[in-house]
Amino acid sequence: MQTFFSIGVDALAYGMILFVISIGLSVTMGLMRVINLAHGAFAMIGGYIASYAARDLGLGYGLAIVIAVLGTIIIAVPLERFLYRRIYGAPELTQVLMTIGITFCIIGLANYVFGPTLKTIPLPAGLQGPVDIGFRTIAAHKLFAIGCGVVVALGLWYLIERTSFGVKLRASVDNTAMAAALGVRTKIVYAASFALAVGLAAFGGVIGAELLPVEPYYALRYMVTFLVVVSVGGAGSISGALIACLLLGAVDTTGRYLVPEYGEFFFYLAVIAIVWVFPRGLMGRAK
Amino acid sequence: MSAEASVTAMPAQNRGWQRDLIGIAVILVAAIAGYFLFPNNLALLTRMIAIMLLVLSLDLVTGYCGVATLGHAALFGSGAYAAGIAAAHFGITEPITMIAIGAVGGALAGLISGIVILRGHGLAQLVLSIAIIHLFHEAANKASEYTGGSDGLSGISPDPVLGVFEFDLWGRTAYVFGIVLLLLVFILLRILVRSPFGMLCRGIRQDPVRVSAMGASVKLTLIKMYVISGLVAGVGGAFNAVSTQVVGLDSLSFTNSAEALVMLVLGGVGSLYGALIGTIAFVWIEDLVSAANPFHWLTIVGALLIAVVLFAPKGLYGTAATLLERYRRGGK
Repeated sequence: MQTFFSIGVDALAYGMILFVISIGLSVTMGLMRVINLAHGAFAMIGGYIASYAARDLGLGYGLAIVIAVLGTIIIAVPLERFLYRRIYGAPELTQVLMTIGITFCIIGLANYVFGPTLKTIPLPAGLQGPVDIGFRTIAAHKLFAIGCGVVVALGLWYLIERTSFGVKLRASVDNTAMAAALGVRTKIVYAASFALAVGLAAFGGVIGAELLPVEPYYALRYMVTFLVVVSVGGAGSISGALIACLLLGAVDTTGRYLVPEYGEFFFYLAVIAIVWVFPRGLMGRAK
Repeated sequence: MSAEASVTAMPAQNRGWQRDLIGIAVILVAAIAGYFLFPNNLALLTRMIAIMLLVLSLDLVTGYCGVATLGHAALFGSGAYAAGIAAAHFGITEPITMIAIGAVGGALAGLISGIVILRGHGLAQLVLSIAIIHLFHEAANKASEYTGGSDGLSGISPDPVLGVFEFDLWGRTAYVFGIVLLLLVFILLRILVRSPFGMLCRGIRQDPVRVSAMGASVKLTLIKMYVISGLVAGVGGAFNAVSTQVVGLDSLSFTNSAEALVMLVLGGVGSLYGALIGTIAFVWIEDLVSAANPFHWLTIVGALLIAVVLFAPKGLYGTAATLLERYRRGGK
C-alpha cells in the first residue's frame, strides 16, 4: 500500500510536469504542423536561467520563475522569426533536421557557458520538506508541481475555449488560409502561440528541475519523451496530452519502482503499443 | 512508338552505366589514395567505411522511399551484435561468415522495425522509430550475458580473410576488406535502385496513393526495402565488429541514428554518391573538430545542419550536381 501510494504520487507529479512542458509542443504542432525537436531545449534554457537567477543572483523562487519564462521567450522569438518561419509547411525531414540542429547548437552553447555539471534551483523554505495531508505525507514540491499542472490545464482550456484569442487560434488550426482571409492575422497568432508554448516549456523546466535535473544533455534526453507525449495524445489536443502524460508518467514511474533493472524498456514498449493501436494519438482528429 | 522510345532510352541508359563505371573508378582511386596518404589513420578510414554502409542503408529508406526515421542504427547495431555474438559465444570466427550472419541479423531487425515504423505517418512514424532504437538499446543493455551490456562485447577475434590475409595491427587488411565490401554493396545497390523495384520505391516517395491505385502494395514494397536496407546496415555493423573486434552499446544508440541522418542530408538525400560524400565530410570534420575542441563539436554540427537546410537543401552532392548541370548548359 505504501509503495502503491508513493508510485501514485510520483507518477502524478511526473505526469503533470511532462504535461506543462509538452502541452506547448502539442499546441504548436497542431497549429503550425512543425515537428519541433528543440522544445526540450527551451525547457532547459528556462531551467538554466532560473538556476542562474536564484543561485548566483540570490533572487526569490517566484521571481526566478518569471525571469526564466520571460528570458526564454526573448531568446525564442527571434528563432521563430528567422528560422522556424522558413520551415512551416516544409517536408518532415527538413523540419526534423532544422530543429535537431537548433537543439545541438543550444546544447553545445549551454555546455560552453554553464559547464557540463548539474544545475540546481534552490527551493524556497515553503516547498522543502514534506506536507501532511492527513493519512500520508508528500514532498511539498511534488504537490506544487501537481498544482501547477492543474492550473496550466485549466488556464489553457479557458484561453482556448473562452477567449477571442482562442477563437482565432482554433480558426487558424482548422484552416489557416480561410482564417487569414477573414482577417485573422495568422502570423501574429503563430508568433504568440509559439511564445506561449516556449514560456510554458520554460515554466515546466523550472518547476520540474527536481525530477528532470537541468544539465546540457537535458534537451536530447527528454526530447523523445516530450515528442512521445504529443504523439500519444494527439497533436493539438489538451485533454489528449493530459491523458497521455498521466498514462506515460504512470508506466514510467511504475517501471522504475518495480523493475528498475529494465530501465525504460517498458516505457518504450508501451509507446509502441499505444501508437500502434492509435496511430493518430488517443485524441487525434482524423484528417 | 515503342521503337522510338527504346531508341531514345538506350543512350540514356548507356550513359548511366558509363557514369557508374566512372563513379566506381573514383571510389577506387579515393580508396587507394586514402591508403597511401593516411597510412597512420587507416582505423579512421575503416570506421568511415562501416558508417558509409549504414548511411547507404538509411538512404534506401529515407532517400528512395521517403520514410523519415531516427532509429536506423537499430539495424546497424543488430548486425554488429549478431556477428559479435556468433564470434564470441559460438566460435564462428570466419570473417565472411560473420558478415553474412550480420547481414541476416540486420535484415531481421529491418523486418521488425519496418513493420513497426510503417504503421504510423509523420510524427507517429518518427516517434515509433525513436521508440524502436531505445527499445533495442535497452534490450541489448539488459541481455548483458550475451551482449556484455554497457561494458561492450569483446573477445571477437576473426580468422584471416579467406584463410590468407590476417588482420594486422595497422588495420591494412581490415581496410582493404572493407573497400571490397563497400564496392560490392555499392554495385548491387546501383543495380537495385535502377531496377523496376527501385523505381516503384521512388514512385511511392512521390505519391503513395497513386502507386496503390496502380495496383502495387505500398506497404509490402516498403517492408521489402526495409529488409534490404537491413541487409546493408547489417553488413556495415558486422564489418565494424570484425574490424574493431568489439561491439559497444553506442552502436545501438539514438545519437548514432541521428548522426547517420545528418551525414545523409549533408551529402544529399536520394543519391548513393551523396551518402558516401556526406559520410566522408562528416567523419572528417568530426575528427578535426573533436581533436581541436570537443566542447564545440555539437554546436558545429547543429550550425552545419541549419546551414544545409537553409542554403543547400539538396546536400553537397546534389548542389554540386546542379551547379555542374547549369555550367554545362551554359557552356553549350
